[in-house]
Amino acid sequence: MTQAFDAVAQQRQLESRAEQALALARRLGADAAEIGASVDQGIGVSVREGEVETVELSRDQGIAVTVYVGARKGSASSTDASEASIHAVVEKALGIARHTGEDPAAGLADAELMARELPDLDVHHPWALGTDEAIDVALACESAGRRVAGIRQSEGASLSSGEGVRVYANSHGFLGSQRGSRHSLSCLLIAEDASGMQRDYDYTSARDPRDLVAAETVGRRAAERTLQRLGAQRPATGRLPVMFDATVASGLVGHLMSAIAGGSLYRQASFLCDRLGEPLFPEWLTLFERPMERGAMASSPFDNDGVQTRDNVFIERGRLASYMLSAYSARRLGMQTTGNAGGARNLRIAAPLLSRDELLGRMERGVLVTELMGQGVNGVTGDYSRGAAGFWVENGEIQYPVEEFTIAGNLEAMFKGLVGVGDDLDTRGSIHTGSWLIDEMTVAGG
Amino acid sequence: MTIRPHALLDTAAEILLHPGGLNLEALDTGLGHVLTPGVDYADLYLQRSWHESWVLEDGEVKEAGYNIDGGVGVRAMAGEKTGFAYSNQITADALAETGRTASGIVRSGSRLGVAPRAICHAPARYATVDPLTGLSADEKVALLKRADRVARAADPSVSQVSASLTGVHEVVLVRASDGTLAADIRPLVRFNVSVIAVKNGRRERGSAGGGGRYAMDRLRDDDVAERFAKEAVRQALVNLEAVDAPAGQLPVVLGPGWPGILLHEAVGHGLEGDFNRKGSSAFAGRMGQRVAAKGVTVVDDATLGDRRGSLAVDDEGTPGQYTPLIEDGILTGYMQDKLNARLMGMTTTGNARRESFAHLPMPRMTNTYMLAGQDDPADIIGSVKRGLYAVSFGGGQVDITSGKFVFSASEAYLIEDGRITAPVKGATLIGNGPEAMGRVSMIGHDLELDTGIGVCGKEGQGVPVGVGQPTLKIDEITVGGTQS
Repeated sequence: MTQAFDAVAQQRQLESRAEQALALARRLGADAAEIGASVDQGIGVSVREGEVETVELSRDQGIAVTVYVGARKGSASSTDASEASIHAVVEKALGIARHTGEDPAAGLADAELMARELPDLDVHHPWALGTDEAIDVALACESAGRRVAGIRQSEGASLSSGEGVRVYANSHGFLGSQRGSRHSLSCLLIAEDASGMQRDYDYTSARDPRDLVAAETVGRRAAERTLQRLGAQRPATGRLPVMFDATVASGLVGHLMSAIAGGSLYRQASFLCDRLGEPLFPEWLTLFERPMERGAMASSPFDNDGVQTRDNVFIERGRLASYMLSAYSARRLGMQTTGNAGGARNLRIAAPLLSRDELLGRMERGVLVTELMGQGVNGVTGDYSRGAAGFWVENGEIQYPVEEFTIAGNLEAMFKGLVGVGDDLDTRGSIHTGSWLIDEMTVAGG
Repeated sequence: MTIRPHALLDTAAEILLHPGGLNLEALDTGLGHVLTPGVDYADLYLQRSWHESWVLEDGEVKEAGYNIDGGVGVRAMAGEKTGFAYSNQITADALAETGRTASGIVRSGSRLGVAPRAICHAPARYATVDPLTGLSADEKVALLKRADRVARAADPSVSQVSASLTGVHEVVLVRASDGTLAADIRPLVRFNVSVIAVKNGRRERGSAGGGGRYAMDRLRDDDVAERFAKEAVRQALVNLEAVDAPAGQLPVVLGPGWPGILLHEAVGHGLEGDFNRKGSSAFAGRMGQRVAAKGVTVVDDATLGDRRGSLAVDDEGTPGQYTPLIEDGILTGYMQDKLNARLMGMTTTGNARRESFAHLPMPRMTNTYMLAGQDDPADIIGSVKRGLYAVSFGGGQVDITSGKFVFSASEAYLIEDGRITAPVKGATLIGNGPEAMGRVSMIGHDLELDTGIGVCGKEGQGVPVGVGQPTLKIDEITVGGTQS
């Protein structure tokens, strides 16, 4: 039940389609054009209570065309990359560009900024995985979790594995393409006691299947995390130190990055407008990106404008050293692109890292947050208020689980009040960080 | 109003089948590929959609986009097992290949035939039109520019205005081995305005929007540009004056309409069939029991005319329905699709929904709301000594197993001695679904539905939904402000 996928052949075909679309756009009257195209294929299986629940085979493709006529722009896209469809998409994009207004900042990134170094970044590791084998892995994962005493039932284990190709080309003559793969395995379990039901999960994710954590370990960890939540109480309301577990601390980095993203800045929709060069964090913290890191989750030598990516430092010794800009947002701000069209790639932290016990010891009394709920983050003001679950800490040690409370503050004050970063790095996503201890937030509970 | 199913089918066939050289008989052949020994149900979901968006910034429409999507999703079931594959080609070859792939979940058993076509006769819930053609391109641009002008004229502190107009024209056709044959054409449009206001060094956002299942010209006729622009500015100005929100347990009065997102999170998800079949919902096994205070009646209603969450037929070809979930505080119904209804020995309620042909359907909400009560909204506010009056919300989320839900207020006020006083900054409210429903002590007579902005996410799939409620009072819920 596997589908053949020849990534190299797909790559060649997509490249030629992109060139075809560019030529067509020029012929039909575009002054400049850019094309993004992709094709992805994958398998996903889920099992529950020892039985197969779903087997999904996916194959997605898409082509997106943006044309510029003078200072006007039009975009169109389709999931059908056939020749007839490309023709329709280009015509539609040109049709739209007849109605949009002039935008002096519109257009491709400058030609001299196009990526010239296009190394293979070791991000394509397909997994020759049959359906039966995929099911076996998921079953092994779930069964390791279900065997742990106290687990009442399983919400299932899921394995997904996929590979694909993406191409970006524009009328400067730039064409970049990259093959990539991603594999993940997760398990979600339920436990119950007199206080009610609780669920939690664990997962592993990697570019290379050999880098996945063992299925049994994922299942066991999911069970441990679930059991730890039983008997949760509500913490008292008050001003307390809050530690963000490594699994949720990356969210704080994410809020920072959206606030220094060009799109938020030129729209004045950020609490960090006009703050370049100012101290935002303690001086021991540096935050940077490594877009060319081999094998990493977000690696790419070119950004979504075709611009060469580079090792940006966003926070240098606590100060806001750089915004995160695309060609367009840079023009709007009268600045230069930082090669971040499409976002930051592989964010890393340089800081004197503390062990988890040291962090808990410094906290003394407060809450360790392991789960956040809701969208209560206001990027315009930095105001932060979210639902949370985690553990109560007293005398620098975890006491019992807590739930149904909120943590609130303002991101600017939280960044300034960062006490320490843990060495317990979560490296599963594109942001690698350990736990963050914040000096004080308002905890609202019982 | 009854639609002509045959005319609808003809249109759907022309758009979905004929370009690939297919007809309705070809779908029966396609199902034949899926119905291998052991498969006890199979369906084909064919879809094509055209999506358009126009975005205004700095007084100009600088961005506009158009997307064409479509294909066929093929599903095979054997007991609790589901096999699924899809293709963005709708051809005989694609049907054969995806059919064989999807049926690979089971290898033995008896072989079922395809039941004869039973054409679905569902009443129309919206006009089956292409909403994108309701306005010309120039009229779309003009509508956005009007929102910009109105917002900027409304107050000198408005520094940024962005507005967007989006529309989707969607055509679907469902053919299932149980005989189902149904077609639908679903228009969906939306207009949004977002502003930034700056005053005395403070910066705040306000936003408003809405739409529904109708053509774009109705947005112009209803003058949404002016209405939403003024509303967005009003909200930004209120937030510029907002003081820190209180922290801790307080009585909360929720305004009518969009605050019904509370029901969606606190109750709705927990009553979806899949979670209850698996026993993972905090509401599992509680059918017939009291799960909310007396007077609380909550329904899911796909039949409302022209509403964002309405469906003439769901994504399994079942007519959309009016389903009571909680009646006078007693749990009376779940929302079901065919799979979960069959496994629970119940009947489907027409709640099977999927983001697209490339996603599996699941039980999902349509328009979910609480029916009106007897109380005067002024009396409800007057009954609170110290509490919060919340009238607008951002998103929400629920953990259906523990029942914990959150939702984030984007416009709220303090209530002091029965009077609405200072506006407070956005704060997250957190509670436990069944507990919060048990603490509903007053229900207004002012039922309102939201303006048509909801998107519900479940297992990574987004679908448009509606919510609604009258003004209501919850005696105690945790408010996540900063003032402890």
